[in-house]
Amino acid sequence: MAEIRKDEAVDATPNVTEVDVVDAATEDAAVVALDKRVDRGEPILQVRNLKKHFPLTQGVLFKRQIGAVKAVDGVSFDLYQGETLGIVGESGCGKSTVAKLLMNLERATAGEVFYKGQDITKLSGRALKAVRRNIQMVFQDPYTSLNPRMTVGDIIGETFDIHPESAPKGDRRRRVQDLLDVVGLNPEYINRYPHQFSGGQRQRIGIARGLALNPEVIICDEPVSALDVSVQAQVINLMEKLQDEFDLSYIFIAHDLSIVRHISDRVGVMYLGKIAEIGTDVQIYDHPTHPYTQALLSAVPVPDPDSRDHRERIILTGDVPSPANPPSGCSFRTRCWKAQDKCAQEAPLLAIPERFKGADGPAAHESACHFAEEKDVVHAA
Amino acid sequence: MTIIDQTASVPGPSDGGADAPLLEVRDLHVEFHTRDGVVRAVNGVNYSVSAGETLAVLGESGSGKSVTAQAIMGILDMPPAKIPQGEILFRGQDMLRMAADERRKLRGAKIAMIFQDALSSLNPVLSVGYQLGEMFRVHQGLSKKEAKARSIELMDRVKIPAAAARVNDYPHQFSGGMRQRIMIAMALALEPDLIIADEPTTALDVTVQAQVMDLLAELQREYHMGLILITHDLGVVADVADKIAVMYAGRIVEQAPVHELYKRPAHPYTRGLLDSIPRLDQKGQELYAIQGLPPNLLRTPSGCAFNPRCPKAQDICRTDTPPLFEVTEPDGSALPGRRSACHFWKETIHG
Amino acid sequence: MPELTTTSAEKTATAAPDGQSLPDPKPEKARSLWGDAWRDLRGNWIFIVSSLLILLLLVIAFFPGLFSSASPDAKDLAAHYLKKPEYGHVFGADWLGYDAQGRSVYARAIYGTRASLMVGGGTTLAVTVLGGLMGMLAGYFGGWIDAVLSRITDMFFGIPFLLGAMVMLNSFTERSIPIVILALTFLGWTQTARVMRGSVITVKSQDYVQAAKALGASTSRILFRHVLPNAIAPVIVVATISLGVYIGAEATLSYLGLGLDGASWGNDISDGQNQIRVAAYIMLYPSIMLSITVLAFIMLGEAVRNALDPKQR
Repeated sequence: MAEIRKDEAVDATPNVTEVDVVDAATEDAAVVALDKRVDRGEPILQVRNLKKHFPLTQGVLFKRQIGAVKAVDGVSFDLYQGETLGIVGESGCGKSTVAKLLMNLERATAGEVFYKGQDITKLSGRALKAVRRNIQMVFQDPYTSLNPRMTVGDIIGETFDIHPESAPKGDRRRRVQDLLDVVGLNPEYINRYPHQFSGGQRQRIGIARGLALNPEVIICDEPVSALDVSVQAQVINLMEKLQDEFDLSYIFIAHDLSIVRHISDRVGVMYLGKIAEIGTDVQIYDHPTHPYTQALLSAVPVPDPDSRDHRERIILTGDVPSPANPPSGCSFRTRCWKAQDKCAQEAPLLAIPERFKGADGPAAHESACHFAEEKDVVHAA
Repeated sequence: MTIIDQTASVPGPSDGGADAPLLEVRDLHVEFHTRDGVVRAVNGVNYSVSAGETLAVLGESGSGKSVTAQAIMGILDMPPAKIPQGEILFRGQDMLRMAADERRKLRGAKIAMIFQDALSSLNPVLSVGYQLGEMFRVHQGLSKKEAKARSIELMDRVKIPAAAARVNDYPHQFSGGMRQRIMIAMALALEPDLIIADEPTTALDVTVQAQVMDLLAELQREYHMGLILITHDLGVVADVADKIAVMYAGRIVEQAPVHELYKRPAHPYTRGLLDSIPRLDQKGQELYAIQGLPPNLLRTPSGCAFNPRCPKAQDICRTDTPPLFEVTEPDGSALPGRRSACHFWKETIHG
Repeated sequence: MPELTTTSAEKTATAAPDGQSLPDPKPEKARSLWGDAWRDLRGNWIFIVSSLLILLLLVIAFFPGLFSSASPDAKDLAAHYLKKPEYGHVFGADWLGYDAQGRSVYARAIYGTRASLMVGGGTTLAVTVLGGLMGMLAGYFGGWIDAVLSRITDMFFGIPFLLGAMVMLNSFTERSIPIVILALTFLGWTQTARVMRGSVITVKSQDYVQAAKALGASTSRILFRHVLPNAIAPVIVVATISLGVYIGAEATLSYLGLGLDGASWGNDISDGQNQIRVAAYIMLYPSIMLSITVLAFIMLGEAVRNALDPKQR
């Protein structure tokens, strides 16, 4: 069964209709996952078996490839209109590379990203520029994502210079001021430079730039991790408000599991370039079945000193292996307490585990583990 | 391979406080002289920590939490920094009045510091074994061979696998978590009485963060050291601290034992911080957000520095700087160790 | 000095190690980074002194007649052969004495200014354009373009500067200012190229360049709106400092007899050394002019560097 699902994922074409998806899924008896799809209609973004391998080379003038860093190694997911898909993982798991691939800032080694049925990884020139209007990005570091030598007006207004058809010339200054207003900044700040703003305000400028072209999808790469705690909440609230207002779809990439839970409808957990587990926020946070997700969740410090004496914690040993030389089979097996011989020989596929297939419960969601079992670590106090 | 530990990361209870504190900071002020004016980074900070006790200093960037620590360590660049007044008492002796070499002897041997960025705190061209051994050679006059043996012992102590084989490796050959362990080993080398850890796990991944915090807590318990943990993370604090000092704009705005603070914050800023963090175990609606911006230390607001962002602010908050009031129960009975710099602490804590 | 030169919000943050004590935008007008640098410079006495000196030198170079009524080439061997200076006759033809050909040392020192400044300025301009372009292309495009351009740079870098210039100039029979500029540029652009390449590589990985790409900006827009303005500062610093060096190089070449035809400090120093025992002043005054000029440009470069990158101090 898992085999079939994989094929379907790889072969998915822009012509996959709603009916096809439903048929395949019904055979799977993946009731929970199915419900979601039926509700939400056609996905706005379909990612299929996306890969990015950075070649490792030797030599100065004549380079010779000696290996590859598998930063992203076969990632598939869907994004629906108006939803937020959270992607969590530790540093080096490939989540930021996924963002760059979706934005076409890096060329994918393999795989497809369908935006409304069109594979955007193969686009270039005018066609790519047209797609960019609909998929925008908010960057992690508000201190480096704004050109320090341009005024705020120029930074946001540049989007209209690049896409002249999006706003008539005389209208642009007013549009920029409107955008500043939308993100909660004083429109009179239009002539100021980025260094005259605090981190939170800069991130608002970055969001205004992302909104300028009225995109449908915004990819947010750690948008609040560089901000102070008291400012993070402001920016998160703003992003949620904008989502409702403009019917945006977010891909929200972060390492902070609490924030991801707060903002996301569905969550994917990444480890070493692969998705370990994906499901709704309730499925992932309250009913995780992958040991890595469980360890990750239990490691998050809880802001409640009363729980510290009796909270059960899974403390992983060791570090994340190098993506240049990942372990055979399941890439998590070197740090997993459940690992057996099978894990070293056979890479588990991302699918609903066999044992949960018939079940109608929240544990029945896709998890790439041979020995998936449910364990509520968050409420285990 | 993996430890499922029911009682992880709980440091022993503090020593009642009968004995004199190990370190006491009294009315410390630090300012930076810049072309735009005087930045008052620390404005009269008082705190103390005893042996075996963990004090968490909680604050956002610009709150003065790190500057205070640097003043204690004596590693502030002066100028531009200046300490116009205040005392830093280590075992009753004022470190600010000590001769430079006397103070240097304390540093490393009695008080050690762990920094956020382990990679830039270690010398990239020297092996970690050499850098660890240096502590013993310089402070204890051990031979090269003895120093190396002690280094391996220390690396074992902080649970670096295959310490003997890795002692000659260079910092970049270690992962982030391992480097932070080396930093801890270095701080621990001379068995200091007090360790100051400035955001020790902020740069690390969640799973590694937990390992390192556990190690730190365990070592502290074992050596019965005082620990000042400087952080912005309310989660980390809840896991390890005995008492907390919350800083805002260079002042302590609230002090409390850890359980008390989370249950009943007595300052609107603390309350706001607690309300604004999303929780792993529940999905709320809109997050509570503290309005406005962190203060500009060149122009700290008059009165209470938090007043422009405070939902409870009254006229008095804009004119009078609140002192650090003793916090009591509604019936007047004492709440030991609790203080709040809010004119309306009663309303904040008792509703 | 460092605390006096910090201005912008970011610099305040550097001063306060705790992090961003970022002021909220003040009720004042926009402050660009270039504007901040300029504000820094205006308050820096090194900048004021050096730019006043350079201004004076420029006036001398373009209007030498204002400073000396005598011609640098007028010779009267019989009357003026090694005639000692008349220090009372300030600004007069005989103020600083005469050389072995009976020419006014003062007039020659004044008229030599133009040659020095033109060689220095011209070479700097040419080097910045050529080196900057090579560095920018190599740094931005990377890959094989970088490999090829960087190897070419290395090849030129390997040629000893003065030796190379000597060999080149030796093959010209007539050595005018453009020829000297050409020779110095040919050998001097590599440093600028390297600085520019490094600077561009740093800038191109910044998020705002990624952001411009994500918006669909064209390569030329990214290069000239985002990369160049942010990468140019170190090149400006190198240019101001090396201007003095090129003036010195011109003098050295002239001293070796491979420099300019006509009035030039290097030529005069070269001529003067023959009489150093009997008439040291012939060599002294062009040397003083040369030292002051080189010093002025190096001081200017220093001040500009501090203003553009206050973190370096």
